[in-house]
Amino acid sequence: MPVAGPILPNRHLLAIEDIDRTQCSALLDLAETYVGLNREVAKKRDTLRGRTLINLFFESSTRTQSSFELAGKRLGADVMNMSVGNSAVKKGETLIDTAMTLNAMRPDLLVVRHQDSGAVSLLARKVDCSVINAGDGAHEHPTQALLDALTIRRRLGRIEGLTVAICGDILHSRVARSNIALLQKMGARVRLVAPKTLLPSAVGRLGPEIHHHMEDGLKGADVVMMLRLQLERMTGAFLPSTREFYRFYGLDAEKLALAKPGAFVMHPGPMNRGVEIDSAVADDVERSLIQEQVEMGVAVRMAVLDALSRNILNTRDKALWA
Amino acid sequence: MSRIAFLNARLVDPATGRDEPGALLIEDGRIVDAGPMPFNDPTGGKYEIVDCEGRVLCPGLVDLKVSTGEPGDEHRETIATAGRAAAAGGVTTIVLQPGTTPPLDDPALIQFVSRAKCAVRVLPMGALTQGLRGEAMSEMGLLADAGAVAFTDGDRTVGNTRVMRRALSYAATFDLLVAVHCEDPFLAEGGAMNEGETATRLGLPSIPAAAEAIIVERDLRLAELTGARLHIAQVSTAASLDLIAAAKARGLPVTCAVSAAHLALNEIDVGTYLTFRKLSPPLRSDDDRRAMVQGVIDGTIDAIVSSHDPQAPDTKRQPFAQAAFGGAGLETLLPVALQLFHDGELSLAAALAKVTSAPARILRLTDGTGTLSPGARADLCVFDPGAPRTIRREDLLSRSKNTPFEGLNFQGRVWRSYVGGVLAHESAA
Repeated sequence: MPVAGPILPNRHLLAIEDIDRTQCSALLDLAETYVGLNREVAKKRDTLRGRTLINLFFESSTRTQSSFELAGKRLGADVMNMSVGNSAVKKGETLIDTAMTLNAMRPDLLVVRHQDSGAVSLLARKVDCSVINAGDGAHEHPTQALLDALTIRRRLGRIEGLTVAICGDILHSRVARSNIALLQKMGARVRLVAPKTLLPSAVGRLGPEIHHHMEDGLKGADVVMMLRLQLERMTGAFLPSTREFYRFYGLDAEKLALAKPGAFVMHPGPMNRGVEIDSAVADDVERSLIQEQVEMGVAVRMAVLDALSRNILNTRDKALWA
Repeated sequence: MSRIAFLNARLVDPATGRDEPGALLIEDGRIVDAGPMPFNDPTGGKYEIVDCEGRVLCPGLVDLKVSTGEPGDEHRETIATAGRAAAAGGVTTIVLQPGTTPPLDDPALIQFVSRAKCAVRVLPMGALTQGLRGEAMSEMGLLADAGAVAFTDGDRTVGNTRVMRRALSYAATFDLLVAVHCEDPFLAEGGAMNEGETATRLGLPSIPAAAEAIIVERDLRLAELTGARLHIAQVSTAASLDLIAAAKARGLPVTCAVSAAHLALNEIDVGTYLTFRKLSPPLRSDDDRRAMVQGVIDGTIDAIVSSHDPQAPDTKRQPFAQAAFGGAGLETLLPVALQLFHDGELSLAAALAKVTSAPARILRLTDGTGTLSPGARADLCVFDPGAPRTIRREDLLSRSKNTPFEGLNFQGRVWRSYVGGVLAHESAA
């Protein structure tokens, strides 16, 4: 049964690092109820009726933005999308200025994605509403980790004790950082598999096992989570070529066979088919959870919006937040 | 003839190690006498009397690394506002960095900043390469004649080793001092903080500690090859310190300094993306920080600098990777240096030497700057060594308030500063 009262300790959801296992579980429980709702014909609730949600994306995104938009609309909020391209004058100035401008329009929930680590928490300090981090630089993407956890929990019945291998471009990945934090909080063993050029320094200090070869990293894994490789980073700077990466780190049926029999495959999308993942694996309905991740994404974001709205007062009494 | 008698002082002369109660007499901007006994007054009491009430009286501080925004970015800091901040911090000589707009690579610009109105003494460093571009050497001889006390490209490392070799070689021709910022430009490109666990947690692009040692080693080798006098402007890693110690043991004419921030703070202090602690070089691991403290104690590190780099709010109120590097430091140099004395690591005179006589010696100032010798310029600092103090940006006189020490507690408060015998600052309290 989902928790009826407050779930999250803060006004914002900025990072998995900020919340504990109990709070994560409560969010996942709440999300379960929305999975059911989303499969009904009548999907609309009035939980957020009268609330305004703004999607503020400084970095383009189709998947995450539409997922938050649907989540907000299904809960009855008024949703506005704002895409601020990279072309905007001076990035940081735009960030604070845009935040102050939007704040003056009195939104209740602000979903923010930005290309710089820490930008969303900087913005959160400048506004009165609840801020949800939809991805900041290479720092965190908390709702992605929550939707991944929900997907795993529904398929395998638990997270505790599972072995999850996260493979590919860990260095630039906020998804990896949020997943390392969340999966370990929930009691899973996390392995990272990547060439040394795509691993951040001292990442072992965060707790996961480090592997450089798929043969070692995938052995006995319950879940294989592939990360998107940014193609613009492939030009000899971090890797010699896409074909070499595919040869050693691309997930095909042969490499997947190294994992536990029946192991599941995940990917946060969008995929580079034939680079980090083979189409045959990505489209294997028995093994691939990629479509299910997208479905869980909407449910998890509904749960997050619901949970945060419980922390927003009906009267605007700022003193209580001070 | 103006005469001032400083009575009831704790005289500390780092150049000689003297630390005793006494009095000091200045005449027409020069020190005439200093000693434990009340001096004889042959002129029959024609002195202005300053009762120091037991406070420390020492030479004014000499800060080897100060940036201002003049010319070009006066909204950050002018030479005059930097002078006010310096005097408040007990710093009576500031050595300007050439990284202004335009950079100080022309004799006329050296003369311009030397003549700027300022409460403290201004000594500019000239550009090592034209436009600080690292391509062609500057007119070092002419710049030196105009008043440049040393040559540097400021916070930029000359990437081209051949250019660096020739610049050092040419500087050696005239026995000029070259100050270097050591950071491999390719390894450092795009980096915002020290590479390691903290950067990984924060998801920030980072700079490995090795980027410093690589260039330290390169420049030491080039100094050896060319015979140039080399000063490593800011050392921040244990590995670089080992290289410098080895070079000194070989007898190379090399000196180095550490910034106050790198003595007192480490990478973890970046916390939740605190851009006031985004510095160049970046704050390092605590092992490195402790090596810096040890280096100051054992003498491998010659001097402590403020690395004063005022930045306007709009360039600091940014996502960490986009924010400007640099911290304001003139008003916190003395309390951080005094920490070594309060921690029992150094005598008061030895701690003060790092910010007075040692930097003066690096610049080969022969007029007694940084000492209490008779005949020296009366650049003086009078302070309470034990007075507690919380650093607050609103208390700073610098035009920019970007102190990396905000909210931290130190001991040591300047009461008065004198520059050439003239009162340059008196604290309200």
